[in-house]
Amino acid sequence: MPAPIRLRELIRTIRTARTQAEEREMIQKECAAIRSSFREEDNTYRCRNVAKLLYMHMLGYPAHFGQLECLKLIASQKFTDKRIGYLGAMLLLDERQDVHLLMTNCIKNDLNHSTQYVQGLALCTLGCMGSSEMCRDLAGEVEKLLKTSNSYLRKKAALCAVHVIRKVPELMEMFLPATKNLLNEKNHGVLHTSVVLLTEMCERSPDMLAHFRKVRQLSSSQLVPQLVRILKNLIMSGYSPEHDVSGISDPFLQVRILRLLRILGRNDDDSSEAMNDILAQVATNTETSKNVGNAILYETVLTIMDIKSESGLRVLAINILGRFLLNNDKNIRYVALTSLLKTVQTDHNAVQRHRSTIVDCLKDLDVSIKRRAMELSFALVNGNNVRGMMKELLYFLDSCEPEFKADCASGIFLAAEKYAPSKRWHIDTIMRVLTTAGSYVRDDAVPNLIQLITNSVEMHAYTVQRLYKAILGDYSQQPLVQVASWCIGEYGDLLVSGQCEEEEPIQVTEDEVLDILESVLISNMSASVTRGYALTAIMKLSTRFTCTVNRIKKVVSIYGSSIDVELQQRAVEYNALFKKYDHMRPALLERMPVMEKVTTNGPTEIVQTNGETEPAVLETKPPPSGLQPTNQANDLLDLLGGSDITPVIPTAPTSKPASAGGELLDLLGDLNLTGSPVSAPAPQIAQPPFLLDGLTSQPLFNDIAAGIPSITAYNKNGLKIDFTFERSNTNPSVTVITIQASNSTELDMTDFVFQAAVPKTFQLQLLSPSSSVIPAFNSGTITQVIKVLNPQKQQLRMRIKLTYNHKGSAMQDLAEVNNFPPQSWQ
Amino acid sequence: MIKFFLMVNKQGQTRLSRYYEHVEINKRTMLEAEVIKNCLSRSKDQCSFIEYKDFKLVYRQYAALFIVVGIDQTENEMAVYELIHNFVEVLDKYFSRVVSEIE
Repeated sequence: MPAPIRLRELIRTIRTARTQAEEREMIQKECAAIRSSFREEDNTYRCRNVAKLLYMHMLGYPAHFGQLECLKLIASQKFTDKRIGYLGAMLLLDERQDVHLLMTNCIKNDLNHSTQYVQGLALCTLGCMGSSEMCRDLAGEVEKLLKTSNSYLRKKAALCAVHVIRKVPELMEMFLPATKNLLNEKNHGVLHTSVVLLTEMCERSPDMLAHFRKVRQLSSSQLVPQLVRILKNLIMSGYSPEHDVSGISDPFLQVRILRLLRILGRNDDDSSEAMNDILAQVATNTETSKNVGNAILYETVLTIMDIKSESGLRVLAINILGRFLLNNDKNIRYVALTSLLKTVQTDHNAVQRHRSTIVDCLKDLDVSIKRRAMELSFALVNGNNVRGMMKELLYFLDSCEPEFKADCASGIFLAAEKYAPSKRWHIDTIMRVLTTAGSYVRDDAVPNLIQLITNSVEMHAYTVQRLYKAILGDYSQQPLVQVASWCIGEYGDLLVSGQCEEEEPIQVTEDEVLDILESVLISNMSASVTRGYALTAIMKLSTRFTCTVNRIKKVVSIYGSSIDVELQQRAVEYNALFKKYDHMRPALLERMPVMEKVTTNGPTEIVQTNGETEPAVLETKPPPSGLQPTNQANDLLDLLGGSDITPVIPTAPTSKPASAGGELLDLLGDLNLTGSPVSAPAPQIAQPPFLLDGLTSQPLFNDIAAGIPSITAYNKNGLKIDFTFERSNTNPSVTVITIQASNSTELDMTDFVFQAAVPKTFQLQLLSPSSSVIPAFNSGTITQVIKVLNPQKQQLRMRIKLTYNHKGSAMQDLAEVNNFPPQSWQ
Repeated sequence: MIKFFLMVNKQGQTRLSRYYEHVEINKRTMLEAEVIKNCLSRSKDQCSFIEYKDFKLVYRQYAALFIVVGIDQTENEMAVYELIHNFVEVLDKYFSRVVSEIE
């Protein structure tokens, strides 16, 4: 078998492949060769083969068959073998594979090896992929190595300790004594890794943090002064060729120390005081011409903002950030904007000083910078600068990328809401947003906007005029069209009458208005929701316009056969309004009252969907908690039925499928049932005029002689409820239950409410009880009549809920009644 | 914390990759492809920090080779930017003409 090719040759060969398929072929061939070589247990070339395997793994090809080979290499005595073996272990093995545990013994031996390089390899690997079991076993060795004087090993041991602590936090205490002397080293490598170790300890455990902060006897062993001293040496010392990066001595170590100081100083006055000086020194002495210096300054600023520094220092920090903003380098500007965003909450005034620079950044070419600048600008808007800022932000909205438009629009709306100097300005701003970024505006903006418009009563004419002009030219932006249609529907009369104080009134005829609304309806660009808005607007205009009512009737009847179910339903209902319920039309289509402010940003609220809250128009009762889910049929029917029933129960929406077609009466009939879950309030309905046939005025007598046995449905805590049954002759599916509630305790039960629920196949009607007080000592009873319709003759089951006040406390109970006699439902 | 360290050339071929967190092998190729796509679409006068999913990418271009480091929120982006350069200088010292070689 010829010697396997070397890694370099393999790489060269793979690079010559011109397509992905060619590369795959080459790699598969090589993999096969490697596999057969592994099978032969060839010691001399194992190292080479594994190296090639690792390269192929890096390119993305599976290499799991090499795992055991790595273990064999680790166990070998040659350094070159061990080196590749450990590398392979780091890349291919982790705690998910079971074989990794086999390494533990090897690592243990190698940690005690005579050669420091082997020891280093073992430490590296353990620190990279050691699992918790391995860490537990080998932590003692690592700790021993942490105390050695060999700086090469010490620094690796420190990093390995970091990994051990991450995997097994309980072992943290073990490393504590070793950390005492770590910072006394001169070697920067050790210093750096020790700082990392200390940072990890402080971040993980508040106890450790307290331990490192507290004052100890010898001031030289305190952590903060030690760090300050090291940092000072780094800054003040002259040129050191070993650690120099562009004129600054070991910036990486400086940054690490600054971060550790940040963690120590957070929320701690003493530590913060001890570091004030050095922070000021770093901030003023660092060279800012190169990126390195700026990196250190950035970290310093972050630290100053995070600890309890004095105000002078904070102002210094913000000024540094301001200087960063003027720098030409994009990276620095980005970093500055990010930090300003973090600090704007706490140091608002200081950041305001740099507002103009921030606003300039909005015009930058870089996407990340623009986004940061936008967020920061929104954070900086306040009552004083709102006009100027808005101008800039609107200009930005015009020119920015689509991915920003939605966020920007929402931000502008929020800011305008909070700080609008006048209603007119507010409306103007919103209109500007709608016209420039109309299609990116979020859906919840539309109802908010509508509500805002209704609230500014004096601006109605102006608003509707502007909106009309806006959609005359272009009606493709859906949110704009929706708002405009709604407004035209509501305030169309103001539009045609030509009254407008704020602006030159325009001459519009009713036909022109209807033209535009009809074109919205017809247009292909309009979404279904928008069409709904337009149709309803046209309908509302039937009461506001005088000479075009016939045209409106025609439009509405055309859409009665539209393919879109939503439109069809609306059209049919509106048709019905014209025909049967014409007398109600003006009342229904009246002007909307000023809506109450509902919380914005509520994810679940579908408050005034499509602006249709016609139930609110009938102000005979309080608006049903403003959260009626949309169901056009229900809303309308609630109204039409509502005038007869008081109060209208928020009907269980799920049980009412919206049927197109005008079977209004049946649906109205359904309304009067209280067969919903117990959550419905106790309905005290007066006898509705149209009901399940055969129930209302039928005499409730019982042909089936000798009665159905009565049952005790509930008997607890002195409250007893009996059910007596009667069947109606005329309708065999109806059962009439009379409940009698009696009280055997010594005190009355007041505010007694009885509620009942039945399974879906039944229908239930509760009539009013005789009273709501059950006198004590069984001296009187409350009677109430329940009518149950059981068309499928299923077994009757009922769940009842009782609430009452007794002995000064409110009582409530739920019970299920299953013992209905068969004659009551068969 | 550094999540990964990549050296990818302009054609999207990975020259070096080192992951410090476990990532499935098939996800790695996807990640590398997306990352390089993000970096290639940047122009010269844009900053070197990209926000990608829930971490940041710090990239630096040397001729036709991109070095990309993925970091999380706790790292100082500019220090990592320096680190990349330091790394390239070290490689250069040990093996000359490293960039053109790797390309």
